[in-house]
Amino acid sequence: MTTLSETASPAGGATDVVLEAEELTKHFPVRRRLRAAFSGERPAVHAVDDVALLLRRGRVTALVGESGSGKSTVARLLAQLYPRTGGAIRLHGAETTVRGGRRFRAYSGKVQMIFQDPFASLNPVHTVRYHLTRALRVHDRVGRGRAETEAALADLLAKVQLTPPQRYIDKFPHELSGGQRQRVAIARALAAGPEALLADEPVSMLDVSIRLGILNLLRDLKEQMDLAILYITHDIASARYFADETQVMYAGRMVEGGDSESVTQQPAHPYTRLLIDSAPDPDRLAAQAGGADPDQSASLDEGTGEVASLIHPPSGCRFHPRCPHAMQVCTAQVPPRFEVAGVTSRGADESGRPAHWAACWLYSPEHAGDAAGAAA
Amino acid sequence: MTLHVDEPAAQHADADEAVLRISGLSVDYGVGERAVRAVSDVSLTLRRGEVLGLAGESGSGKSTLAYGLTRLLAPPGVVACGTVIYHPGDGSEPVDVLALDHAGLRRFRWAQTSIVFQAAMNALNPVDKISAQLTDVIKAHRPDLDRAARIARARELLGLVGIPADRLDSYPHQLSGGMRQRVMIGMALALEPRIVIMDEPTTALDVVMQRQILAVFTRLRKRLDFSVVFITHDLSLLVEFADRIAIMYGGRIVEEAPAAQIYRDPLHPYSDGLLHSFPALRGPRRELAGIPGSPPDPRSLPSGCAFHPRCPKAFDPCAREVPILGAPGEAGPGAAQGAGGGARSVACWLHTSDRSTA
Repeated sequence: MTTLSETASPAGGATDVVLEAEELTKHFPVRRRLRAAFSGERPAVHAVDDVALLLRRGRVTALVGESGSGKSTVARLLAQLYPRTGGAIRLHGAETTVRGGRRFRAYSGKVQMIFQDPFASLNPVHTVRYHLTRALRVHDRVGRGRAETEAALADLLAKVQLTPPQRYIDKFPHELSGGQRQRVAIARALAAGPEALLADEPVSMLDVSIRLGILNLLRDLKEQMDLAILYITHDIASARYFADETQVMYAGRMVEGGDSESVTQQPAHPYTRLLIDSAPDPDRLAAQAGGADPDQSASLDEGTGEVASLIHPPSGCRFHPRCPHAMQVCTAQVPPRFEVAGVTSRGADESGRPAHWAACWLYSPEHAGDAAGAAA
Repeated sequence: MTLHVDEPAAQHADADEAVLRISGLSVDYGVGERAVRAVSDVSLTLRRGEVLGLAGESGSGKSTLAYGLTRLLAPPGVVACGTVIYHPGDGSEPVDVLALDHAGLRRFRWAQTSIVFQAAMNALNPVDKISAQLTDVIKAHRPDLDRAARIARARELLGLVGIPADRLDSYPHQLSGGMRQRVMIGMALALEPRIVIMDEPTTALDVVMQRQILAVFTRLRKRLDFSVVFITHDLSLLVEFADRIAIMYGGRIVEEAPAAQIYRDPLHPYSDGLLHSFPALRGPRRELAGIPGSPPDPRSLPSGCAFHPRCPKAFDPCAREVPILGAPGEAGPGAAQGAGGGARSVACWLHTSDRSTA
């Protein structure tokens, strides 16, 4: 029950950490009104505040949150598509800041992004061959001569299970289905030979029946190529299915993290609990029939469900205006990360397994008594 | 293609309860040679007070079906054949919705059926106040009410969906997405319709908001006793929320059954695959595969059962003949009658009486 240092290396050593973010902060300035100009105030959308994240080789880390929680901004910051307001991004331990040019190209050779909408992320006037060859050429992996290029292209398509390659290589995006397009987008990301993939809601635009195919493909690729994957999603059930580790974000801050099983099965932060209770769950019917959780649906019906304003975020814990367990301290101080007791004991001995933590005063030693009262 | 077996006989038994009866409805986009059939030969009965879920992937025809039966279909969409009969329930004659003239349609719409559109939060007019938009429909349908009475009703409607009445003078941009969605639901209930069609009403919302909206909606439905057609691609949501579920694939209904039965014992391989496409939040972690392949293009549907190229259990008749929606197993269509609310039907050669493997 101690405050975890946010930069602590996992037991497995620092070598397996590919990408690391610390105190990552992004504020987007908003237009100043006249009054604000006089008062000297600089209004900004606090999209991401003080976010720490580790991507490890061969592991999937899920970032779960509602729309507007800042999860996509985190991905774009990690891909260095936005300049950050504060904090550090380290690739293999080396602090990196790139603003375009050669250094960005070198960085993007290591860290690639997969976007949400494969209908928009592929250029409709170019063929699959063009998309992939271009990525290979930009990252200097095109090989010598035509035969090597062809082999590299065939290999990429085979990796994303678009076989036989000659059936897909000369197709235009509109000739492919949504799932096939997303596979092409993944192949394009792989063409750079990345070590980390940042997948921003890679399946939410796809049909339900083909989502799992894409997730399983990403998992196979992770295993074959030892990739570090950041999986951004609003669907916590898919995070449980696909990710080794899950972090939950609310209103620009991380509120809970740990291995996916602990976070989804024993959620600690009140927000994570709300998220899990709200997810559609057919098995809930059986539970209700059995008379369980009579107060659960009632409590879900309360409140407005409004996400906090990010221009004037609530003081202290950003969830406190909606939190059923809010205490005095929650409104005053931002909660640091507290280890969640009991839950992690079985995972702590295993190397590299993240401890389960929550940024919530309920888990601080001083307030543990209040927490027991509130949770009862 | 026009061969059509009627719905299971169970639905004739409680015909008095039927609010809306769709039979043999087909909807095309375009006419003549190049017409694309988006919905073919759909028969469904919506009973009083029930939530009928329509599930399917993009291109399965679920939204087209909703627009077809409310006559909101914009050209080049045309209803090729079929009937939609509305039973007013107050003793007056059933109405053939597809044959209504312009004036009749105006009276029917919103007063009897209302619709909550996909991405409904963008369906509000951004330059009008909420009050104006809520009272507009009351003004059109109840000319006898004066302004004060209309405003009072609008106030009441906001209260119904849990929005403080002082938001009446807000513009849509001053409300959050969830509040706008609730305003849309309030608007749909303004004239106390007997049927509310909800086309992906919560798809654009976060899960927390989705659950709150559905809770509000469930409460209202218990109080006001209307029937709902709930269209979504999220089958796991329907299992929780709907009484009966019809699953569409390639423009046809492939299975229809009470929600709990679909969840526990899906008969059609597509329903089964769809249910196993949602990772579970609780219980053991299982390896899931989804369904191989992609949903078919309505312009070039596979022969026979549209699902057969993706079906793990396909056998010889599947590619040749379109299976007919009927009661499963050896039992003839009549046998389902005894089951009462348990009546179910499936369109799959695996479950057709003479070839049943069950």
